[in-house]
Amino acid sequence: MRPERTHPLWLAYMLHRWSGIGLALFLPVHFWMLALAITDAAQFDAFIAITDLVIVKLAEFGLVFLLAVHMFGGLRLMALEWLPWSAPQKTLAAGAVGIAFFISGTFFLQAV
Amino acid sequence: MDQKDNTLKVTVSRGTSGEQFEQEFEVPAYENQTVLDVVSWIQQNSDPTLSYRFACRVGMCGSCAMMVNGEPRWTCRTHVKKVVRKNTLSIAPLRNLPVVKDLAADMTPFFDKWVDAEGYHHPTRTRHDPMQEVTPNDEERNRANAGIECINCAVCYAACDTVANNDAYLGPAALQRAWTLYNDQKNENGQAILDAVSRDGGCHSCHSMGSCSLYCPNELDPMSAIAGLKRETAKNLFRRRR
Repeated sequence: MRPERTHPLWLAYMLHRWSGIGLALFLPVHFWMLALAITDAAQFDAFIAITDLVIVKLAEFGLVFLLAVHMFGGLRLMALEWLPWSAPQKTLAAGAVGIAFFISGTFFLQAV
Repeated sequence: MDQKDNTLKVTVSRGTSGEQFEQEFEVPAYENQTVLDVVSWIQQNSDPTLSYRFACRVGMCGSCAMMVNGEPRWTCRTHVKKVVRKNTLSIAPLRNLPVVKDLAADMTPFFDKWVDAEGYHHPTRTRHDPMQEVTPNDEERNRANAGIECINCAVCYAACDTVANNDAYLGPAALQRAWTLYNDQKNENGQAILDAVSRDGGCHSCHSMGSCSLYCPNELDPMSAIAGLKRETAKNLFRRRR
């Protein structure tokens, strides 16, 4: 990799792009599946059976990961470009979001 | 300077755009030595036909930037011992620009884009008017001051992948200059600046990769300046709609 690409902001940019492409590829399939639930119950059930496969379950982890990094990447970009904050303010804000996410995630897991 | 008994292996990019090749030189290594010293040593002792550009040698003129081991740097203020790897150095002309010859990049597109971004002074007064007062602690003035030390070295331009992928993109330096002028009380016609930077290839082409701010030798922050332009051009759109 080119040396000027080995810093966090460039990697965040790449992660945001690739997660976006991944989601763009997934969403049409997702909507098609939802459509099948209404139009063709038998085919929908056949598809749902595939989700029992371990590899599909693992892929779902990937999907959640893509959604998470794309959402936080988007929030990061909006904060970066729309809020004229100083660097320490940004660090504090990112820390606060991280801690809030961790605490709410813990409660959520207990609820489930 | 104490001369060490070892030598540096230096790979130098030679030729013009489209006809480039690499040439190796052996250069004596010193305890204190800048990359520009190495290039000058080659030109003075090994090959007088080596072309490169420099002027002030103290980091003020912005002439001597080159790619050193693949990274854009101001060579007069870059110590060899900070960038050397296993006694080897690779030196090439600035990325994202045509090459005049050897290590001298053609800066024409870079400076043309400063003009395209309205990156020049639009005076508010004539010589017959009293001088414009500038309040030093004003918020607007501080925003202008943040980017005022740019030396036009094009290190940010060479570091930027958006420049590499989008010919129309004005680049970090020109956009930062536009932002500086936009916030300068002595500059008028801010609307012309906003119009210029919101065209195709303007501030909205920036993907906030941040390589410009990472590599700026004067530790300026073009990425944040471009973010400022993004905010102002967006606000301007709503202002105009009203």
